[in-house]
Amino acid sequence: MAQVVVVTSGKGGVGKTTSTAALGAALAREGERVVVIDFDVGLRNLDLVMGAERRVVFDLIHVVQGTARLSQALIRDKRIDTLFLLAASQTRDKDALTDDGVERVIRELRPSYDWIICDSPAGIERGALLAMRYADIAVVVTNPEVSSVRDSDRIIGLLDSTTQKAKTGELMEKHLLLTRYDPVRAGRGEMLSIDDVLDILCIPLLGIIPESKEILHASNVGAPVTLNNPTSAPARAYNDAARRLQGEVVPLVVPSDKNTLFNKLLGRRAA
Amino acid sequence: MSTARQSTSFKFRGGSFHALVVKPETPINGWLADVDALLSRSPGFFAGKPVVIDVSDLSLTKHSFLALLDELSKREIRILGVEGADPTCVDARVPFLARGRAETSETAAAPATSSPAPTQTSSLLIDVPVRSGQLIIYPEGDVTIVGSVASGAEIVAAGSIHVYGTLRGRVLAGAYGNQNARIFCRRLEAELMAIDGHYIVADEIDDRLRKAPIQAWLDGDELKITTMH
Repeated sequence: MAQVVVVTSGKGGVGKTTSTAALGAALAREGERVVVIDFDVGLRNLDLVMGAERRVVFDLIHVVQGTARLSQALIRDKRIDTLFLLAASQTRDKDALTDDGVERVIRELRPSYDWIICDSPAGIERGALLAMRYADIAVVVTNPEVSSVRDSDRIIGLLDSTTQKAKTGELMEKHLLLTRYDPVRAGRGEMLSIDDVLDILCIPLLGIIPESKEILHASNVGAPVTLNNPTSAPARAYNDAARRLQGEVVPLVVPSDKNTLFNKLLGRRAA
Repeated sequence: MSTARQSTSFKFRGGSFHALVVKPETPINGWLADVDALLSRSPGFFAGKPVVIDVSDLSLTKHSFLALLDELSKREIRILGVEGADPTCVDARVPFLARGRAETSETAAAPATSSPAPTQTSSLLIDVPVRSGQLIIYPEGDVTIVGSVASGAEIVAAGSIHVYGTLRGRVLAGAYGNQNARIFCRRLEAELMAIDGHYIVADEIDDRLRKAPIQAWLDGDELKITTMH
């Protein structure tokens, strides 16, 4: 039976889609059967980041509305054969998503997969609420800045009140994924510190993903960063986060600007 | 210890009022006859009383709903609002009240003569962080939070508010009229604090009090804050 994970944040542009792709690929690389679902109907992006945009025939809305079967809409990744994508529709909007339809899609996927990862749209409207509704675990993606932290706090409140788990009185497992962490700016005190973010949000830390141009490279070539350059700093951070999701205890490494080869050679801090 | 004095130009507070909730039954004509019989026994029964009409058990068209309102106004029953109606039936004449009032049952034979003052004996304990966007309203007494109150969260209490954590949101103590209510927190980063309608916003809070453990109370019309170490 699959664990259903929602990758959510409230705020846009913090790295939900990047994180969905990277975590999904990292789990699939370890042999887990993974399906990633794009809930951002009307503004779909996950297909691009996964490099599957030219192979989308049927999408989530077709399945929700019963015009296509799940098996027709699932797109198998070309690199890893245990990784599947269920794309969003670009021509429809979030009103095309129905509660019953989403519940049925999740129920039908559960027996055949180990992980179902739902990429939530930004905001707190229908798309975001349906992406989180049937989740077992939430990964709250947050940047170390005040607006992102407050939006994440709002989302945590919704996870604890509007989801199926909340309605049956169970507690949703929630993890914080701190993304776009810039060690240089952190060193200068230009961002919220990790401690400040944890103090405000009060949920356990799944990982810290450093700001890196590797992420942009990976998106541009249509590959999750954990596949495109598995030894890069963000890929290693995502791999560690994926192992923590599986329940492994992995020591947390705080990205530091002193660890780059460039700085080791020069023996000083980057400006 | 430092103290901040504040003055405010206007007051606001939450208010709750008692109204008679009348629930018509079908057939409406028979029910109106019962109302007439009641009025003939005690003509002043509805006089000066705010009345809320609950039509949730009736399926009325807009036409029959307006006809019912006319019948009631003929009997000089003043309708404050309507509850449980199909929103399409309600026009500007009568405000639509959402469902969500506390159920207290009062029979026509013994209408309440005066509303009892809220007792200050009860309290609400919340032992999880209060998240941004969450609103906690407790009209019965004190609220105690074991954890933090996030920026964008709001607590409204009839009594005092105690926050064993960082207070970053908005808190309104004594919101139903209680000058003796107080606000306590372990670390003050509040967006707004109010006691009995006298409020202070973050900009007006003395920097020396920021991030300190504090209590706030009302001294006449002034909201005062002191540190507590």
